Amino acid sequence: MAIEVRIPTILRPYTGGEKAVTGAGDSLAELIDDLEANHPGLRERLLDAKDEGADLRRFVNVYVNDEDVRFLGGLEAELNDGDQVVVLPAVAGG
Amino acid sequence: MLPTLDDVLTLDRATYDAIVAHAKRDHPDEACGVVAGPAGSDRPERYVEMVNAAGSPTFYEFDSSDLLRLYREMDDRDEEPVVIYHSHTATEAYPSRTDIGLAMEPNAHYVVVSTQEHGNNHGPVEFRSYRIVDGEVTEEAVSVVPSLSPTH
Repeated sequence: MAIEVRIPTILRPYTGGEKAVTGAGDSLAELIDDLEANHPGLRERLLDAKDEGADLRRFVNVYVNDEDVRFLGGLEAELNDGDQVVVLPAVAGG
Repeated sequence: MLPTLDDVLTLDRATYDAIVAHAKRDHPDEACGVVAGPAGSDRPERYVEMVNAAGSPTFYEFDSSDLLRLYREMDDRDEEPVVIYHSHTATEAYPSRTDIGLAMEPNAHYVVVSTQEHGNNHGPVEFRSYRIVDGEVTEEAVSVVPSLSPTH
């Protein structure tokens, strides 16, 4: 199973400068664990630790096949072989 | 490894005017957008006004679908966001703590425009530019030219 994950500039230090990496997982949570195994430190940039587990960080956008995962169940979003995942930090401020 | 930082943002007049007009138009809400340019060129060539999905006088955020579309488009064109701009409507044109905490494009010039003085009306704005890298803010000069030279 291979899922292409596009990595934003700010996170490329974790992927040796690569702007796309491959991962596997039936859900986004599993994919992130898989990415962490190969690219340590990445998970902490994507997830917020909470009392009983974790959630996607508020200002990190993740898309599966061009849909925001927040509409697909967040970390429980289902993934299939050949899916394309894109990670983009929010552009925001005050 | 940090790239060499220029200490000036060079913009053409049309782009400068467009950013200012956008900020004035959206006041009292914060306005936001980017100026894209060829990756690695540091040339802000293509102005892209964005919608502030927060629609707030104190916060801005690109809508997540707009954001994806923008980055797909820049990727197709081999561009990057050379300038990321937004406006402050009641405070000075200096990055807030929120701005600093959420700045995630290490190669971008962060432009902040303040419309606090004249709002939607005629009159000068504050227009300043910064590099924000690893939480550190460095102001830079802004140079407005008739058009970007071929060799910049």
